[in-house]
Amino acid sequence: MNYDLILGILNIVLISTTPLVFAGIGELVTEKSGVLNLGLEGLMLVGAVSGFISLVITGNYFYSFILSILSGVVLSSIFAFFVLRLLTNQIATGLALTIFGIGLSAMLGKKFAGTPINGLSPYYLIIFSFILVFLINYILYKTKAGLIIRAVGENHHSAYALGYDVIKTRYLTIIFGGVMCSLAGFYISVCYAPMWQEGMTAGRGWIALALVVFATWKPWRLLVGAYIFGGVAIMQMNLQAFGVKLPGQFFNMMPYLATLMVLVFISSNKVRLKLNAPSSLTMPFIKD
Amino acid sequence: MKPIVEFKNITKSYPGVIANKNISFSIEPNSIHAILGENGAGKSTLVKILYGHVNQDHGNIYIDSKNVKITSPSVAKKLGINMVFQHFSLFESLTVAENLILGIDKKLSMSELIEKSQSISSKYGFNLNLNSPISSLSVGQRQSVEIVRSLLNDPKILILDEPTSVLTPDEIKNLFKIISNLVQDNLTVIFISHKLEEIINLSNRVTILRGGEVVDTLITKNENPDSLGLKMLGYKISKLKRNKVEDNSKVLFSLNNVSTFNQDPFSINLKNINFSLKTGQILGIAGVAGNGQNELMEIFLNENNDNFNGDVIFKNQNINQLSTQDRKRLSISYVTEQRLGHSAVPEMSLTENVLLSMSHNKKFIKNDLINFKEISIHTDKIIKKFNVNAPSNLSKASQLSGGNLQKFIIGREILSNPELLILSQPTWGIDAGSESFIRKTLIDLSLNGISIIIISHDIDELLEICHDVCVLYEGRLSKNLNVEQIDATQLGKYMGGLFD
Amino acid sequence: MIKIQKRNSSSSLIFYLSPIVAIFLTLFFGSLIFLFLDLSPIESFKIFFIGPISNWYGLSELLVKASPLALIALGLSYCFKNNIYNIGAEGQLTMGALFGGGVGLFFYDSNSFFLLPTMILFGSIGGAFWASIPAILKTKFNTNEILSSLMLTYIALLILDYFVVGPWKDPTGYGLPKSRPFSDAGRLPVLVDGFRAHIGVYFTIIIAALSYFIFNKTLFGFKLRVTGFSSKASKYAGFKNDNLIIYTFLISGACAGLAGIFEVSGPIGQLYRDISPNYGFTAIIVAFLGRLNPIGIILSSLLIALTYLGAEDAQLFLKIPSAVGFVFQGLVLFFLLGADFLNKYRVLLK
Repeated sequence: MNYDLILGILNIVLISTTPLVFAGIGELVTEKSGVLNLGLEGLMLVGAVSGFISLVITGNYFYSFILSILSGVVLSSIFAFFVLRLLTNQIATGLALTIFGIGLSAMLGKKFAGTPINGLSPYYLIIFSFILVFLINYILYKTKAGLIIRAVGENHHSAYALGYDVIKTRYLTIIFGGVMCSLAGFYISVCYAPMWQEGMTAGRGWIALALVVFATWKPWRLLVGAYIFGGVAIMQMNLQAFGVKLPGQFFNMMPYLATLMVLVFISSNKVRLKLNAPSSLTMPFIKD
Repeated sequence: MKPIVEFKNITKSYPGVIANKNISFSIEPNSIHAILGENGAGKSTLVKILYGHVNQDHGNIYIDSKNVKITSPSVAKKLGINMVFQHFSLFESLTVAENLILGIDKKLSMSELIEKSQSISSKYGFNLNLNSPISSLSVGQRQSVEIVRSLLNDPKILILDEPTSVLTPDEIKNLFKIISNLVQDNLTVIFISHKLEEIINLSNRVTILRGGEVVDTLITKNENPDSLGLKMLGYKISKLKRNKVEDNSKVLFSLNNVSTFNQDPFSINLKNINFSLKTGQILGIAGVAGNGQNELMEIFLNENNDNFNGDVIFKNQNINQLSTQDRKRLSISYVTEQRLGHSAVPEMSLTENVLLSMSHNKKFIKNDLINFKEISIHTDKIIKKFNVNAPSNLSKASQLSGGNLQKFIIGREILSNPELLILSQPTWGIDAGSESFIRKTLIDLSLNGISIIIISHDIDELLEICHDVCVLYEGRLSKNLNVEQIDATQLGKYMGGLFD
Repeated sequence: MIKIQKRNSSSSLIFYLSPIVAIFLTLFFGSLIFLFLDLSPIESFKIFFIGPISNWYGLSELLVKASPLALIALGLSYCFKNNIYNIGAEGQLTMGALFGGGVGLFFYDSNSFFLLPTMILFGSIGGAFWASIPAILKTKFNTNEILSSLMLTYIALLILDYFVVGPWKDPTGYGLPKSRPFSDAGRLPVLVDGFRAHIGVYFTIIIAALSYFIFNKTLFGFKLRVTGFSSKASKYAGFKNDNLIIYTFLISGACAGLAGIFEVSGPIGQLYRDISPNYGFTAIIVAFLGRLNPIGIILSSLLIALTYLGAEDAQLFLKIPSAVGFVFQGLVLFFLLGADFLNKYRVLLK
């Protein structure tokens, strides 16, 4: 066994999985409060291009980081306004956000594509991603704020009856999710690649959605699941080294298949579903 | 002793109905005070006013002799008033402890919460494991969580809305013990009920409401079921002359030993329902809401998912397996309690809503194709015959007023020429003109030999139209009382759960 | 104080006007975007919207893009009317292309007249089969169809990838991830020689007409609409919800599968990785914009197809990325959803 190779692969897995962790934990919090945001891909791309462009213009990592986050705040606030105030269909609105984000990022990035930049070391954000998962798990399960999020996600009418502001809670979780996606995008364009290219997130937004379900909406499971998904993707590229004969596509399919199986398993039993999935997911909150 | 709560001239109206009219009475501290009445008597409205969920139009409330304006539940809670609703606000995926935290106003740390809830539990006899998820608890245990949640706020007054409607007999005994303990400890308990036996067993005093007004406030131990039942119902029972049902008339429809076993803890299971209906007879099924009316209607419609025993017999044929549509083909028609969203689709036109109920009729559907012309003609017939006020037969169902929509729905079912017509709450929430039109229509129907079953909370309506009335209480059906010779006391007792 | 009140009945006027309002707002914001890029809005709109259809070839290209969009959207309208969110059309399209294309490759040197019809048949079967999976998962296992159909989309794309890189790779193709080209008998005839618009357009029109008939004149269409409005009323009427779910998924999958086989046997002529520029997802926008109505869908498919063409032209002539088309598509959906709000609710200022 070539230990150097294994360590090298582990390092690659670590570096390449981190955007999934960010996007996934962001969407987990959003869905925990009852909102399904299909706009992850668009949010990540806009975050990536914003971070990239501001780095090219200012040369300052901090400004680049801030502007990237800001783009996520703006876009996800628009999404939040539509689904929470205008009560639009969450599926359609999320799709609109993704399609719009793909287009907007491509347009903004055109002028700057190909400009070389000095990438930021990815390890800062990698460490942050682990701390973040720990923090979110703590907040969700050990604080009242997290309790309110989970209550709203299960039964927004009861939460309202008890005096909690459902709309405000969801605004916050949606914006958090958006910021996490921009952070993932920032990581990809400024730390991982580092460069800008149209559509460079390569479907990670959709994988993040699958990841949240696979993890049954629990943060530590999300972290583990992200590394399983990420590991599978990397392994697929190095199958020769492991002497595996299965086609790469079947490896890449595993995350989706596994997620599907988890989904069917938890859905087939009403109590199991209630305990694992946020019951008010995708339902608009309308005060009677 | 000064009363802890005093209502003075509380009045509250909604469009079309006066829910509370000049209600005045007082509640003694450290007592168990019941509020008795049937549906629409005004009990819920009154306690919602006390809890600040709803604000009165006129009148005053005094707590400890101080005039207070209870504008919202948070004001009520600050005054020491807490309420446990009939439908709980609990989160099934969260633990007991988490549900408690969500319900309290004060800031308590986790350890303080554990300590306090444990002392409450042991003091009053609750048996709660703080770490269980709510989904694993029985209904009685869930109610305990709700009560403990209120007690954590150190209330002076605890309001319970129909607390025993979903409990088993053992759980009820346990609840009564808990309430007695609470009252010994400086708490005042107000509970709403229509159940005579528990009011007699549990309460110190009882206020009877009827039609939005106070009938009387009495000391319970001086009363008995007869007197209470009669006062709850009222004295006026109109004696209308109605057609006779021949003694040798055939039995058209009957239920034999029907019992349901739904898993949902919040539904009422029917227990050995037996009745039979003759041709041309109008049978009324009375009872306060929540005693199994929905479940009974599901048996009639076959919307129950096969969770039942017993037989449903129509014209000597067992129809247990027949779907709603098949039963319609056998000429049984239905008018459900919920109009929009059950017997009518609000976004569809009246013509389409006719099709909703008549899609098995070969005149309207042939080879899967809809014959709009025929349906349109039929819809116009309904509109004309039943005085439905609608711009055209293409108007959407949601555009009609409640009364007109109900006339349309009843008309639709009647014009399908049923031999048996089953209606649930046929005249709730509609204008007086439509109401009397519908009642007259139903009586005319029976004169033509059509059998009718009416499930209704409105006793007056049943006494006006029906030949016989029975009462549904906690899933059990009383025997029939002939309306022309009805004894108000007996009816009142039945309504309160005391069958012979 | 702003108060929101649910309308008793949605206003028909707003219902049919809102797509038009959404389009105008999109054009307005679009011109702002062009201005931001230092481009004249008028010139840009000419190049984007007018240029692509100013000649016969352009019109034919419009049909090439609009036909699959409309076909998929028509299928989706069955699901959406029934309140079922099938967002796996892209995967169903892919499986249709795979099944039908597989037949075409199996008989790659055949000249039989029956080849193409068989390919088309298998295309629709492939799509229907793929759609039956979320249908069964929903009816038997209570599984949310949004997530299941989405997962299946990515699985389908990977299956296609496997075949074009592996077993079905053209042995004479220099190792590129493409299959053999289909024989002439396996190609979809074009409408007019020299233009790419193909007879798939006829299928789309026929299915549109059929759908109009089914929705408005048949009991099946009636059952769909009732169940979409209220499942309780649907039970009262005696309609079997589960069967309806399965039928709508099958129809929707078959339409997407048809679109897939038309694409690969028509303009493309073989199987390779990116057979669809996101048609399955864009068709959702087309369905919404067209108000789930067959005529509306045809009109909106033409409009959205125009954004695809305009985007390509914009890249050529205005030097902006073709992704600007996505910006327009996203905007129009946003505005339509926003306008829908006014359709369902009244805003009162107190």
